[in-house]
Amino acid sequence: MTAEKILLAHGSGGKLTQQLIENIIYPIFKHNDGHDLLDAALMCIGSSRVALTTDSFVISPIFFPGGDIGKLAACGTINDLAVSGAKPLALTVGLIVEEGFPLQDFKKILVSLKATAEAAGVSVVTGDTKVVEKGNADKIYINTTGIGTVDDGINLNPKNITPGDLIVVSGPVGDHGMAIISQREGIAFQSPIISDCAALNGLTEGVLASGGILCMRDPTRGGVATTLLELAEQSQMMFEIKEDNIPVRPAVTAGCDMLGLDPLYLANEGKLVLIIKPHKEREVLTALSSHPLGKGCEIIGQVTAEDKKGRVLLENSLGVKRLVSKLEGPMLPRIC
Amino acid sequence: MKATMDKRHIQNQLAAINRLNAKDETIIRFMEVCGTHTHAIGKSGIRQLLPDNIQLISGPGCPVCVTHEQEIEAFLSLAARENVVIATFGDMLRVPCSRGSLDEARGEGARVKVVYSPLEALSLAERNKHLEIVFLGVGFETTAPLVAASMIKAQKNGLKNFSVYSLHKVIPPALEVLLLDERVQLNGFILPGHVSTIIGEKPYQFIAERFNKGGVIAGFAPHDILEAIIMLLKQRNDVKPEITIQYNRGMNADGNPAARQVLEQVFVIDDAWWRGLGMLKNSGLRIREELQELDAAKKFGIVVKDYTEEVPDNGCACGEILKGIKLPGDCALFGKKCTPSYPIGPCMVSSEGTCAAYYRYSQYC
Repeated sequence: MTAEKILLAHGSGGKLTQQLIENIIYPIFKHNDGHDLLDAALMCIGSSRVALTTDSFVISPIFFPGGDIGKLAACGTINDLAVSGAKPLALTVGLIVEEGFPLQDFKKILVSLKATAEAAGVSVVTGDTKVVEKGNADKIYINTTGIGTVDDGINLNPKNITPGDLIVVSGPVGDHGMAIISQREGIAFQSPIISDCAALNGLTEGVLASGGILCMRDPTRGGVATTLLELAEQSQMMFEIKEDNIPVRPAVTAGCDMLGLDPLYLANEGKLVLIIKPHKEREVLTALSSHPLGKGCEIIGQVTAEDKKGRVLLENSLGVKRLVSKLEGPMLPRIC
Repeated sequence: MKATMDKRHIQNQLAAINRLNAKDETIIRFMEVCGTHTHAIGKSGIRQLLPDNIQLISGPGCPVCVTHEQEIEAFLSLAARENVVIATFGDMLRVPCSRGSLDEARGEGARVKVVYSPLEALSLAERNKHLEIVFLGVGFETTAPLVAASMIKAQKNGLKNFSVYSLHKVIPPALEVLLLDERVQLNGFILPGHVSTIIGEKPYQFIAERFNKGGVIAGFAPHDILEAIIMLLKQRNDVKPEITIQYNRGMNADGNPAARQVLEQVFVIDDAWWRGLGMLKNSGLRIREELQELDAAKKFGIVVKDYTEEVPDNGCACGEILKGIKLPGDCALFGKKCTPSYPIGPCMVSSEGTCAAYYRYSQYC
């Protein structure tokens, strides 16, 4: 049966999201194929290179270990600019609030958003607020749009990726996804899992200065697996990763085992996936690990010239290799 | 460091399997009954590491997969009621029947809430007294005690807006049916660790006593599964089929009598329909008459009349796949018309379904 309606899976970041974008959204907006394949649009205004991006936040719960929807709304858009090679400058904030939402929570969220942006050196310059009837929204939704400048010479188009390049993550993966799931479902861990939600522009500036960065992404919705599949497709290369090298906190692994989830598909809100030139390995890893947000960085694999273009091959701890598949709909908790 | 040690252990286990393997390379077929095993075997790539003649066949141990299509229709009828909120484990959401799936019903406005535990459904009922919360009780002996406990709690708290639609099933009768079917050729079973934590080893004894086959109750890590294969091969070589426990760290031989008592308090054994296997005697858990106010089927007058086995006209081979007669690759729809995004049969939906596990993990290089 083909779905004629928007399903939740269309918003999961997986296969259906991609189909929605490619089959419905791009054709309507006649998106040309020559775009930069980045998380932000790059354009020239006068003589300046400018990056522009937007993101909406509908997360539940709105307060979670390690952050809240306000912090997330600031970080998400700042990070999309940062991984596109931009210096984020300013944010706009659009708020859609459900009637009856406590004013105290409203304030708390805005203060958190502002503090996060300010700490990242980004100003909140304008905004808009709408209130909808009770039941027509779930507490509060936030849209942020961000603008930044891009230095000359920065080009992070995945088409630059070539065989031999290294695949790096900046730290343990899956923290945000597991923090949200455990909070949402009331699962208690001995040591609570904290979301990694953080603004990454400080880290990206540092690593860009080290040279050797070909491409960067923040693996949010759909996780590291989805990000790598996107990059492999866009670069038309094959990526080979080793499961043993992918850093995952033990509590996240335990939670995944319990719920039947895969940490590779869990969202991150403060991590980078980087594709780097092999001869710059030392410089990049030094730049990453000298920043608090890049301390747990690891090389997880390599780009190869194998014939399986656009695919990601994972070697598991038993040495068996398999292709990583796209997330098909939201990850479903299992029954037994 | 740990990974290196694990790897060495696994290498040793594989070497042992090669030593114990049939010298003439006769085909040896072990069935892993539980969906969690199917998923673990797929993910770890154990099938690829075994000698070619040792085959692991997936059995009927994914509760979503053995749910009859008529029951999915019943779920949809329940979901269509004005005041009803369906609370279900996520696996059930996308299982299709001719009228669609719960996921699609949700897209059309039905109230369907994914929960991780029946107790969560209970608290949903406590917080929303104006709504009827119906929990879809789908699962085996592992899940059923928790559902039973939530029902006891609901009764104790006088909660009137909570009920359970029970499709719980018990595993041993399904194994008996497989053993009686001569198309199912098996040399032994890798038995489910989780289910056995509740029922213990006794209910499996008939496998060895009446059918002369071995069974090893196993844990879910790759080394557990390999250990179970080693134990089954030894039994085969010694011609001494028996039921043994590999999963000693997780269970007692007697299982969990307290959990079984809770089950008995709430459920009685009854016949149940299994997709692919048909009506199996004494294989289901029906809610006791005394608790009928908590029985959604009674409360909402749901009667599934027509349990005639659907001969799917769409070509879906889930029924034979559940019995281990066919492999997913033998189904014409597998990976083409039937994918996890657009599943046609239930085995493609749950991550523990045989087809979903093969689809996700069989693209090896």
